[in-house]
Amino acid sequence: MWDGEPRANRAAPDDPMRAPRARNGRAPDVFRLGAWTPMREYPESEPVDFAIVGTGAGGGTLACRLAEAGFSVVAFDAGPYWRPLEDFASDEQEQTKLFWTDERIVDGENPLQLGANNSGKSVGGSTVHFAMVSLRFRPEWFKSRTLLGYGADWPLDWREMWDYYTEVEQALKIAGPVTYPWGPKRPRYPYREHELNAAAKVLARGAEALGISWAPTPLATVSAPRGASPPCVYRGFCTLGCSTNAKQSVLVTWLPRALRAGAEVRDLAMVGRIETDAAGLASGVHYHREGQWRFQKARNVVVAGYAIETPRLLLMSANERYPGGLANSSGLVGRYLTVQGNQACWGVMDEEIRSYKGPPSLAITEHWNYEDRGKDFFGGYSYMSQGPLPVLWAGVQAGARGLWGEALMDEMQRYNHSVGLKVVSEYMPQERNRVTLADEKDALGLPIARVTYSWCDNDKRVNRHALGFMRKALEAAGAREIWDQEDDTCHLNGTARMGDDPRTSVVNGDCRSWDIPNLWICDGSVFPTVGGANPSLTIQAIACRTADRIRALARRGDL
Amino acid sequence: MRDVFPGYDVLNKRDTPSWNEQTRAVIERRLAITDEPRFFDAREWAVLKALCARIVPQPEGRASPVPVAAMVDHKALEDARDGFRHIDLPALGEAWRRGLAALDAEAQSADGASFDALAPERQDALIRAMEGGSLKHAAWGGMPCDLFFRMRVIPDVVKSYYAHPTAWSEIGFGGPASPRGYVRMDFDARDPWEAAEAKPGQENEALRENLRVGR
Ligand SMILES: Cc1cc2nc3c(=O)[nH]c(=O)nc-3n(C[C@H](O)[C@H](O)[C@H](O)COP(=O)(O)OP(=O)(O)OC[C@H]3O[C@@H](n4cnc5c(N)ncnc54)[C@H](O)[C@@H]3O)c2cc1C
Ligand code: SF4
Repeated sequence: MWDGEPRANRAAPDDPMRAPRARNGRAPDVFRLGAWTPMREYPESEPVDFAIVGTGAGGGTLACRLAEAGFSVVAFDAGPYWRPLEDFASDEQEQTKLFWTDERIVDGENPLQLGANNSGKSVGGSTVHFAMVSLRFRPEWFKSRTLLGYGADWPLDWREMWDYYTEVEQALKIAGPVTYPWGPKRPRYPYREHELNAAAKVLARGAEALGISWAPTPLATVSAPRGASPPCVYRGFCTLGCSTNAKQSVLVTWLPRALRAGAEVRDLAMVGRIETDAAGLASGVHYHREGQWRFQKARNVVVAGYAIETPRLLLMSANERYPGGLANSSGLVGRYLTVQGNQACWGVMDEEIRSYKGPPSLAITEHWNYEDRGKDFFGGYSYMSQGPLPVLWAGVQAGARGLWGEALMDEMQRYNHSVGLKVVSEYMPQERNRVTLADEKDALGLPIARVTYSWCDNDKRVNRHALGFMRKALEAAGAREIWDQEDDTCHLNGTARMGDDPRTSVVNGDCRSWDIPNLWICDGSVFPTVGGANPSLTIQAIACRTADRIRALARRGDL
Repeated sequence: MRDVFPGYDVLNKRDTPSWNEQTRAVIERRLAITDEPRFFDAREWAVLKALCARIVPQPEGRASPVPVAAMVDHKALEDARDGFRHIDLPALGEAWRRGLAALDAEAQSADGASFDALAPERQDALIRAMEGGSLKHAAWGGMPCDLFFRMRVIPDVVKSYYAHPTAWSEIGFGGPASPRGYVRMDFDARDPWEAAEAKPGQENEALRENLRVGR
């Protein structure tokens, strides 16, 4: 122990992966060691206004906003209720406990690599280990079919979204630049931008050499104290959970607010089935907690399990009345799964970079999101600086580059000189990319998800363009021995798309399912297209909007 | 392998503000893994050890080598899944058992000896054939050898090795960093609690710096 370390700062005596923490009228106070915060509890036999499945970017945000609007809310999550200050080690292997590591089957021409890189299983969802990049969509993307000639239009207006983005940026105290180079005017970011690390300065050098704009990335980690959150200490373990609470995840932002407003959170509670009544309406959820199946009655059910678990749950809930699964009269539940390209260029520099310091993506360019000239593909992309830690980095060198033996060991010794640029690019929504149920069952006897993915020609063209451009940028910044990582993808969206037409979408612009008016879907699955920007700010903005719409509908008696 | 960071041992930072209690506990458990199998049987274990020695060859005479095979064994025993599985692969433990047996069978049919008894060059040749997808012995039981290599051998072996503090010291990684984090973020900027790289002719300076890392 070093002097000054709080005595209580020891591994928690209870195991949050074995026994629920949010019970008996209290939930963990994530900001204080061993402390609790009061939590209202609702009986299972009385219907609550909203049972929400999943407490991530979509579900957690919505739970907060609905509770604050006066609705009774119970939010379920299959994952544990972490106390970041006590439970999070500075260690890549240990922190895999944050990921959704239950088995899923992958196939297709370009099978996805899930797990670490894609989805979380925690109260707070994937935001507990996300990289905090907080971007607005380009306005035209909400009408990409009409304005840009590809994909599908969203039933949302970008100007309305602009206001909700502002709300979320304020709620998370996003740290970003004074002026943002792309898109329509936006308010100043609430907190000042973060200092750049050397990896980010390489991106800046390359961009300047090629004559395009770049910016310090708007990030959901505070650059100055905020309430009980200290400023980021640049420890660089962000995608493995932030042990200081500088990161503004759903776990430390929306959920404490939700609890204060009277929401209940049930951790280690896996929902296996949504029940419908004689009228065909949703009547509650069957969930597994503390070794047994239980049932919570609800007037409304919201599914927010992210783009694999959401369709899985809707499909698993098939019954006599809805033999193809709930909300699935269009046949589109599980279809149009759309990820984003996550290819990278890597090289070595003479200087020491030590990219393990600081949040992994401190600099960004969205140039190719906003510039349409000079493209041989539809869509756009951004790219960011990177900070892979050793286990991830070795996996890339061995997996994507094919190094093993002495070649791997030697290359790994150049870790501190390695640098890279990684894209988040827009893949096209394709009906054939989808989530279905496999024959195999999980530990609870529920069918596991099968995830099928193949790139289309446009996806391959965007990959090529991005890799070619990033290579030039890295070269211009002084990197040598540049190589392409061609295999990676990120972010899961689009398996319950929103739209204006019940025949071609699963939910409407209010995230309300067309088929079952008291069944809602509010997470990454509702995206009809994905753009070339990370999705979570948009998911949270949509959740805020959905809450406001629900309140308006309730006032009108239309709930 | 060069000694790029002379005298640097990330474990010397154990009692500094770069490590918190939960990290110390996690690393202690990892360091306690002993070099013996609990999941694999003796034959599988011999093949696995030989395979690991080719995928992540450690410097000869290292006082306490990273027990990579035991870390893989540990993963299989705990059935620590990855969150996805290619449709043509069986589950974690079964894939490993079958893959190791198949590799051994390939060695027997090509060289008349078990895999672990082959010379390193012959082992590498078989590994390359596995990587390239050309091994077809019946013992694979329909499991494509290249998929086994790419989705089991490589991630499980390589990620185990680089999860060990010895590997962090070898590559000059700062290691655990909570609560202290880092301050100097620029090019060629090093916090006093980070590894110093030996520039040619300045090995002694680096050694001196590295011995102070845990202070
Ligand atoms: C490594 C990584 C880095 C990322 N970086 C960024 C970034 O920098 N910027 C960005 O914008 N996005 C990033 N993302 C993506 C972002 O985290 C997700 O897009 C976002 O969290 C998705 O929100 P969601 O609400 O749809 O799902 P999630 O946040 O994943 O929440 C879903 C929750 O539902 C729970 N759940 C699922 N099914 C059930 C069930 N049946 N019963 C009970 N609970 C269930 C899960 O346990 C989970 O906690 C990153 C993701 C990862 C993995
Ligand atoms: S770098 Fe900052 S945000 Fe990331 S884990 Fe550390 S303190 Fe948290």
